[in-house]
Amino acid sequence: MSNVVSLDSIFGLGQLAPPAVMPAAPETASGCSSSSCGSSDGPADMDPAVWEKVKNHPCYSEEAHHYFARMHVAVAPACNIQCNYCNRKYDCSNESRPGVVSEKLTPDQAIKKILAVAQEIPQLSVIGIAGPGDSLAAAGKNTFATFEMLQKKAPDLKLCLSTNGLALPDHVDTIAQYNIDHVTITINMVDPEVGAQIYPWIFYKHKRWTGLDAAKILHEQQMLGLEMLTSRGILVKVNSVMIPGVNDEHLLEVNKAVKSRGAFLHNIMPLISDPAHGTWFGLNGQRGPTAQELKVVQDACEGGAKLMRHCRQCRADAVGLLGEDRGEEFTADKIEAMGFVEYDDEARRTYREHVESERAGRNASKAAAQADVRESIGFTVDPILIAVATKGGERINEHFGHAKEFQIYEVGPTGAKFVGHRRVDQYCEGGSGDVDTLDGVLAAINDCTAVFVAKIGGCPSKSLADAGIEPVDRFAFDYIEESALAYFKDYAERLGQGVVQSRAGQDAVIRTGALTARRA
Amino acid sequence: MAYKIKSAECTVCGACEAECPNIAISLKKGTYVIDPAKCTECQGQFDSPQCAAVCPADCCVPA
Ligand code: SF4
Ligand code: SF4
Ligand code: SF4
Repeated sequence: MSNVVSLDSIFGLGQLAPPAVMPAAPETASGCSSSSCGSSDGPADMDPAVWEKVKNHPCYSEEAHHYFARMHVAVAPACNIQCNYCNRKYDCSNESRPGVVSEKLTPDQAIKKILAVAQEIPQLSVIGIAGPGDSLAAAGKNTFATFEMLQKKAPDLKLCLSTNGLALPDHVDTIAQYNIDHVTITINMVDPEVGAQIYPWIFYKHKRWTGLDAAKILHEQQMLGLEMLTSRGILVKVNSVMIPGVNDEHLLEVNKAVKSRGAFLHNIMPLISDPAHGTWFGLNGQRGPTAQELKVVQDACEGGAKLMRHCRQCRADAVGLLGEDRGEEFTADKIEAMGFVEYDDEARRTYREHVESERAGRNASKAAAQADVRESIGFTVDPILIAVATKGGERINEHFGHAKEFQIYEVGPTGAKFVGHRRVDQYCEGGSGDVDTLDGVLAAINDCTAVFVAKIGGCPSKSLADAGIEPVDRFAFDYIEESALAYFKDYAERLGQGVVQSRAGQDAVIRTGALTARRA
Repeated sequence: MAYKIKSAECTVCGACEAECPNIAISLKKGTYVIDPAKCTECQGQFDSPQCAAVCPADCCVPA
């Protein structure tokens, strides 16, 4: 399966031909999109010291992303490079999604907000600074001021930051000093020729550099920064934006280069491109990848640095579990109105203990379900994709019409694993379903064989079945992976009898626009 | 002999403020402005005006 990189999948990349069956991209008025972050590995195949660091980090551990929440504070508006996929009126699109504007905070406001959120959301485990510009531009002043205060006031929260890497080598000592144990670097190329197509200019050593010079300096700084961090034992995740025709094939080399320098995770995210965002790529007709194109590159890289597939390309002020954003509940005005905020880590401690005990039982039950499938069907059936409506906790616990995203699992004889997520508009906002939105949902999960939900109405159920995607509610509130394996066993039997057909060759649309997830 | 910021195009990112060697740039009523009395166009200090070189919106221009 995807652990083995077949030569076909590598050589095929050059001609990322549009897939055979491509659903029409839905017309969407509101801008909402999402994808999720982290390693798909559990404790079994991970160094215990690393697992200790990542197990409660929603972005670094795919298992943790079901249980833990992160929060970004937008204290770093300045940037030191220009990317062709970015429009500086909006957030940095390295880590956050293009086309959204985060609420900028001073370090003092940020601390107050963090403490307020920590009281309200016991799942909170990580505070990140991801912009809205570059967290280390302008000498990283606001970033480090925030971390310094935070370390004193809430030492149980983990700190992380994201950067384009240009200024990284200058700040590695400071990063180590504040106990920042996770850093994300966005690396889109290891060849300046490729880089020159992505970065029109950088600001470095009091000068604006362009063209190959700019790309070369950026590349060298990124590699140096990466090596300096990993040699100090700081975990590094690398983000890459996949830009079809520019760096898609090249990402395999990026994957090798960052792995050999000790990056712990590699997160390949789709370019989100829309003329309305006013980015150079958007205005010049550069398209983003389809869901299957993205998966092909991700699968091909899987033998290298570990892949993260649950990154949601969050806003620079995102709050909550991945896939949700509760930022609206904690705007600057609301925080200001709260007055003095007490800090108490009791609720978070209790929650973490609860998760610890829940996790212990999970691994055994997954293994049993997998063994059962292997025994009964062997390795003859190709894996399938299943879309899952979930609110977290690794369970199928969301109503079809309420889902703002679907998590995608690949299930086959070697097990079930999370491979991505697809952002959709809520089908049922305020009671009645609407047909356009349903078309959007169908396009987003068109490559899936089934969709697992806690509940679904008769009408959407019929449309799904007509489109060849089986709606399944018999596993409501059960664990996702075990249910997926049970379904696969049944599917394999029906396939053998010719009752169902394989959906190989179908593709799906990655939504453009931002996960704003404003609550109705 | 001074630079100015075209405030309509400014994204209020503050990158220029951090680079100015003469502390000529500050935030006034929600937008960044250059104090012409302090601005030297970076002459004698750098090859080019720092604010203009770093500005993502290219809105730092000769006054
Ligand atoms: S963008 Fe969101 S999901 Fe991705 S790494 Fe950052 S917090 Fe995690
Ligand atoms: S030109 Fe130089 S001195 Fe004048 S405001 Fe810009 S950075 Fe400061
Ligand atoms: S760098 Fe440019 S966009 Fe940013 S605050 Fe200064 S003038 Fe405004």
